[in-house]
Amino acid sequence: MKKDQGCLGSRGACKAEKGLWVMKHIAIGILGAAALGFTASAASAGTLDTVKQKGFIQCGVSTGLAGFSAPDDKGEWQGIDADFCRAVAAAVFGDGTKVKFTPLSAKERFTALQSGEVDILSRNTTWTINRDTALGLNFVGTTYYDGQGFMINAKKLPGVNSALQLSGAAVCVQTGTTTELNLADYFKSNKMEYNPVVFEKLEEVNAAYDAGRCDVYTTDQSGLYGIRLTLGSPADHVVLPEIISKEPLGPAVRQGDDQWYHIVKWTYFALLDAEELGITKANVDEMKNSDNPEIKRVLGQEADTKIGTDLGVSNDWVVNIVKAVGNYGEVFERNVGSGSPLKIARGINALWTKGGLQYAPPIR
Amino acid sequence: MQEHDMSWVRTEMALAQPAPPTERGAYAWVRKNLIGSVGDTILTVLGIAIVLWVLPQVINWAFINAQWIGPNRTVCATVAQGGIQPDGWSGACWAFVNAKFGQFMFGTYPVEERWRPILVAVLLVALLVPMLIPRVPRKGLNAILLFLVLPVVSFFLLSGGAFGLPVVETSRWGGLLVTLSLSFVGIAVSLPLGTVLALGRRSKMPIVKLLCVIFIETVRGIPLITVLFFASVMLPLFLPAGVTFDKFLRALIGVSLFAAAYMAEVVRGGLQAIPKGQYEGADSLGLGYWQKMGLIVLPQALKLVIPAIVNTFIGMFKDTSLVLIISIFDLLGVVKQNLSDANWATPQTAKSGLIFAAFVFWLFCFGMSRYSMYTERRLDTGYKR
Repeated sequence: MKKDQGCLGSRGACKAEKGLWVMKHIAIGILGAAALGFTASAASAGTLDTVKQKGFIQCGVSTGLAGFSAPDDKGEWQGIDADFCRAVAAAVFGDGTKVKFTPLSAKERFTALQSGEVDILSRNTTWTINRDTALGLNFVGTTYYDGQGFMINAKKLPGVNSALQLSGAAVCVQTGTTTELNLADYFKSNKMEYNPVVFEKLEEVNAAYDAGRCDVYTTDQSGLYGIRLTLGSPADHVVLPEIISKEPLGPAVRQGDDQWYHIVKWTYFALLDAEELGITKANVDEMKNSDNPEIKRVLGQEADTKIGTDLGVSNDWVVNIVKAVGNYGEVFERNVGSGSPLKIARGINALWTKGGLQYAPPIR
Repeated sequence: MQEHDMSWVRTEMALAQPAPPTERGAYAWVRKNLIGSVGDTILTVLGIAIVLWVLPQVINWAFINAQWIGPNRTVCATVAQGGIQPDGWSGACWAFVNAKFGQFMFGTYPVEERWRPILVAVLLVALLVPMLIPRVPRKGLNAILLFLVLPVVSFFLLSGGAFGLPVVETSRWGGLLVTLSLSFVGIAVSLPLGTVLALGRRSKMPIVKLLCVIFIETVRGIPLITVLFFASVMLPLFLPAGVTFDKFLRALIGVSLFAAAYMAEVVRGGLQAIPKGQYEGADSLGLGYWQKMGLIVLPQALKLVIPAIVNTFIGMFKDTSLVLIISIFDLLGVVKQNLSDANWATPQTAKSGLIFAAFVFWLFCFGMSRYSMYTERRLDTGYKR
């Protein structure tokens, strides 16, 4: 249960959530029981048909997480998660604006998907087996590989460039979270000592770290970059390369509707394939005339192609996706990378050809 | 015999003399209130020192160093933080509030439709102000317009779908719009409903009494957050797929019923404070139940509990922030949501946004509180101290 705070830098189940643990598990029990009935009825309706009929996609996003889904000055949702929903809308309607966003709290998100309130849950949600099975969701892939990381105050810990050098450090962490447990495991398994400085609220952790009460701050790595922006002297703080937990974040749909599942899944793959083939928002129209057969195939320019229609969308679906949001790399750089204040490096989110984990099956 | 007559009767009043100079004016006030004793003097000096220490910093931060307009975080961040301010600068980032002001007021209500909530606000003020000023006549008509006509008109204006207005889903409502609609409906529903419940609880009819007691005690026994959570998360599971009724409406009903239960107990307190003689007097005049209550008992009882009623209103106004748990964004919710915008993430953003939200809440609560004190004084005919 990470990734759920509606605050800058996200993170960590807070204590209140711990209190809701019992209630949530009761809810999950009922959910599980109810899931069959709901998915059956939802499947019979066919999400694609329903979506086409109402003319827009209802997309569940977070209540505010920098770089993933946060409102801009005009109140439009921006971020990787928001753009992913725009990409699906572009694939289905040829228009990336035909999407409506529903901000969902961590407690509501699964019910909202189950009950049909949203068509896609694109809300920095960690992919786990429990959610894939017991909760009746289908995760379509990992749009962002996240994990718990460390940020250190380089002034107080000069020369440290690996988490393995942190023995004896004072570590700020939010209590009652999996972050706290991962931290304990990591230091124990590496036979290192540390002084935990625990707080209940994220704001308190930020303030304590900024005031120098601890040398190290640990939470999900994507969140560390957001937190760094709110520190008095960000240049003094360094995010270490180690990631000590797996937090694959991705969009999910309801179980029992394979067509919709495939559309959402292949939208994700199309974003990756477009990047791999060098198709960008700027050059997509030229690329349609490319001699490269693979590019032609992906962009639906092959004679008698049925790739798009077999999926249930138009044959120029990839063109529409790229025109609406760009390829995966563009989405990443614009929202969390060099084009955003967060300046997160691609790291393991780079394409497989560049040493990262993002890999998509071919569109053919 | 004349020397026996020592009595002397003054035939006119002595002229009032002004207090001695040492007992009046600023000097006397200072001597009495600030340096009356050694202890007072120490406290005064300490107090002045604290004010002199804090106030310049506050003014500096909130006004002199503050940034009022700007396109993004750079105006509110120092050079080291990736902005344009000199290092060591610290000031309020009102530019953030400025850029997000529309959202703080209306949430994600479509920009081109925002004249609708503004019109509702204008109507509300136009009807509420004459209602609150005792001199203005036609209170009855005013009350009908305010409590019966305005909600209906506002509903169609805000949600649309009639008279050619495009529909705006309640999921796009937010900010002060949500805070005010929730509290206005809550207040408008809870006072009459609470009064009826209080009368029911004191009724001699056993079933009515039992129902009222069960309702009041059940609702008071559950935290509002649980009511909202169940309405939002559990209710959809029990309804057939596709059958949803609006989340905002669910919150509205939850908040109203919740406030009504508290209001019922407040009003019951007032009813119990009315001496038995008042009831008996009304009975002896041959008044029926509703006449007795409406003409004799309730006017006295409600007057007695004005502070408690306003207390409940203020509490409810602030409690509306709890709807955040079901992803309805009131003023505080929208402010917190926008704190996650990386384009505005600076060390000053959170402080500025939250202070703005606190100020707006304070404005409304203080207004309610002052008005209630004014009403108390005006109605305070029998118990004046």
